[in-house]
Amino acid sequence: MNRQIRRLGVVLVAVYVVLFAQLNVVQVLRADDYRDNPANTRQIQRDFSRERGLIVSADERVVAETVDVTNAGGFARERRYPLGELMAPVTGYFSFLYGASGVEDTYNAELVGSTFGQQVAGWRDLFTDRPTVGDVRLSVDAGLQEVASQALGDREGSVVVLDPRTGEILTLWSNPSYDPNLLSTVDLGASQVAWDALVDAPGNPLLTKAYQERYFPGSTFKLVTAGAGIRQGTVTATEPVYPVEAAWVPPLTEVPITNFGGSACGGNLVEILRVSCNTAFSRMGVETVGPDGMVAGAEAFGFNASAPIDLPNPAESVFPTEFTRDLPKLAQASIGQNDVVATPLQMALVAGAIGNGGIMMTPTVVREITDRGGGVVRREEPRPWLTPLDPAGNQILRDAMIDVATRGTASVLATNGVEVGGKTGTAQLGFGEPERQHTWIVAFAGPPGEAHLALAVVVLNQEGGDATGSSVAGPIARTVLDAALALPPRAGR
Amino acid sequence: MGRRNTELGLLALVAVFVIAAHLLAGLGLNGVAPEGFVAFAVGLVGFLAVVNLVMRWLAPQADPTFVPLAGVLNGLGYVMIARIDPELAGLQMMWTVLGVGLFTGVLAVLRNSRNLSTYRWTIGLFGLVLIALPFTPLGTTVGGARIWVSFGPVTFQPGEFAKVALAVFFAAYLVEKRELLAMGSWGVGRLRIPDPKHLGPVLVAWGVSLLVMMYQTDLGSSLLFFALFVVMLWVATARASYLAVGGTLFAAGAVFAWSTFDHVQRRVRVWLDPWEDVTGEGYQIAQSTFAIADGGMVGTGLGQSGQVAIPVAETDFIFAVIAQELGLFGATAVLVAFLLLVGTGLRTAVRADNPFDTLLATGLSALVGVQAFIIVAGVTRVLPLTGITLPFVSYGGSSLLGSWLLVALLVRISDGNNRRAAQRDGQPVVAGRADA
Repeated sequence: MNRQIRRLGVVLVAVYVVLFAQLNVVQVLRADDYRDNPANTRQIQRDFSRERGLIVSADERVVAETVDVTNAGGFARERRYPLGELMAPVTGYFSFLYGASGVEDTYNAELVGSTFGQQVAGWRDLFTDRPTVGDVRLSVDAGLQEVASQALGDREGSVVVLDPRTGEILTLWSNPSYDPNLLSTVDLGASQVAWDALVDAPGNPLLTKAYQERYFPGSTFKLVTAGAGIRQGTVTATEPVYPVEAAWVPPLTEVPITNFGGSACGGNLVEILRVSCNTAFSRMGVETVGPDGMVAGAEAFGFNASAPIDLPNPAESVFPTEFTRDLPKLAQASIGQNDVVATPLQMALVAGAIGNGGIMMTPTVVREITDRGGGVVRREEPRPWLTPLDPAGNQILRDAMIDVATRGTASVLATNGVEVGGKTGTAQLGFGEPERQHTWIVAFAGPPGEAHLALAVVVLNQEGGDATGSSVAGPIARTVLDAALALPPRAGR
Repeated sequence: MGRRNTELGLLALVAVFVIAAHLLAGLGLNGVAPEGFVAFAVGLVGFLAVVNLVMRWLAPQADPTFVPLAGVLNGLGYVMIARIDPELAGLQMMWTVLGVGLFTGVLAVLRNSRNLSTYRWTIGLFGLVLIALPFTPLGTTVGGARIWVSFGPVTFQPGEFAKVALAVFFAAYLVEKRELLAMGSWGVGRLRIPDPKHLGPVLVAWGVSLLVMMYQTDLGSSLLFFALFVVMLWVATARASYLAVGGTLFAAGAVFAWSTFDHVQRRVRVWLDPWEDVTGEGYQIAQSTFAIADGGMVGTGLGQSGQVAIPVAETDFIFAVIAQELGLFGATAVLVAFLLLVGTGLRTAVRADNPFDTLLATGLSALVGVQAFIIVAGVTRVLPLTGITLPFVSYGGSSLLGSWLLVALLVRISDGNNRRAAQRDGQPVVAGRADA
């Protein structure tokens, strides 16, 4: 029997060698293939448990931090948001199940310290016990964000405030918002419940309306129509002069364009912008500028492109391009109706560019990345995005906007010692009862000749004929503008 | 007492390894020592010392590597289970104590391994009854396999004990009949098989294992039983034709099962291509492969692989977690530990002074070696996955008690033969009572 037993031993050793060989294949030879398999979430979980930098607001408040957790099912760390839903439109969430959004997404590499520069610095600091994570410093001011959220209250809408000189965003508020702590928790069951509830929640809180949703801009779009004419050279402060009328029927239709409240208006650019004259701006788009000029003008102001903001998935503001035979549509589009849609951010950029001498800066929410030693890893330098108007042409439109905020529909914004330009908008939504409209206001403000602030406020789905940009969005903009003007001056960079 | 002192030294190494592993796993997982760590360390040292005293008292001449090898596998299993699911750790500790208690009880009651041969028919029948128990109303289905039996609050897998009982029966039966079986009274050409009347019990056993495969959907145990029978027949008769016939019969049974049962087809499909349905059917084996691959050469470190994503990681897939956290080196060490245990068992078989001990030790060693191979091969995708436990390592009372019972018999055989050899050589037997 012993011969068989020895052979049995040899056979067992042989089959165990097969197991050993297979382990070599899986753990060494093909390990990288398995690691890169899309169904493999191990790396994601490990990333999730890595140390991660802070997100700090412009007023030095911690907006996102990573805390150590124990007994958390294998997770070593968890992301927390001390300010709850206030800064969620900017930070986004960092969730094991649902990934990252907002700054957590776009600045992920900097936060975990995996950019090339941070890695080089990490090798240099090999012998110091310092994590290579980067802290992200926002241009967004948590205090101003709070003012905006309280001014908007329970109403659905957005408030965007930025510095037109640099593109730095000071406020990016959208209501409804959400508490990112609910999604970042390592209690994955609770995270799933919260996610399902947010996906089904009215008002789509997971989307930041300020840059990810588009609405009819209404009369605020008349700034773009005027800009298109000025670019073309067919519109100046004094020419053309449009007839005073209560209604105008564009070619190829019998449906007239009418003015707010059925009033009659007309005149030159300054006069028609002051009262937001629908008939005159429709004529400007159709008769003065024409389809090609309107498309070129809108695109010069950033339409039909998504703003190059440092946040994920910005929506594209749209101005239609197919007008070959459709002049009635062009007439409506020229006053911000029909198929024209814009993000609140886009309209703030339009106002800011007009305030800023015709230069539209690239919008950013992050000012700089710092390391744990206090050094600056990277600074987001201001970069121009578009130049819709030359300085001379821009001055015409800028003066007209100041006139609107002084004597026209945006006079709610007039402030002593500060030069303010504005424009309101009230975009009607269908012809149902009761009347509903998106109410808008856009503005720039600063010392004479300069613009240190630009803002856009939109309040959605307001009911009743007296709910206008001036009466609903105006007071919110007033409150936010006062708070923004009271902020300590930002370092001119 | 040289053997017991050697064993004491090895047990000290086991204690150091298990205590260190438990501490590292706790630090890796939560950054703090596991709850009740000091009590665990002190308790383990005391427990292993007691085991060494038991061996000095009941099996003084047994090979000194059986208990340390079983102990290190049992200890590593406990550390991994405590790391995967702390709630199971207390239960596994209880099962370990009960398993070693059973080990002690068997050594105390069974003073001579050959006494088992006297009760071979009783033991054989007992084994068959155990296998059949899940078919009775006492049986319950867990995870798709009807291999569990409930007696009031106690639930156990009778198969874990049946395999030991059948190994005993087969050893005794084959010792009696092996010459008849080896003669090969009829056949064709060189392929000769014995008179069918002597093969009766063997065919019964084959039928039983096939029934297990069909109705309990327990492919792993079925393969294990079959390997046991064929190996013991072959060793007893020294006739390779049994391997050929046995292999053919099993292949036929496997093809029949594959063509008849959905779950067998699913296992094979998932084995061939787990990526086809990676979130459904293939999820378990895919997660296991990811975990093993993640380990690389040296592993992630104990407790540092994050949340364990493999379903039933604490039983069938515990080897995958070991391979992930201890890497190729650690996984290979576990395989080597099993080979050493098998090797010690086979050495005991070769040295035994009577054919019953030789055959029984061979069968028991083959059981451990083949069972560990089947599940590790399933987890690493060398073979289709068949759900059985990794002896001593996996979570589960039946598995641990069955494994310690098996090692108790090997220890008894080793002790008895070494003592008789010492007596023959005229050396004084230092302690314990000589055999009757």
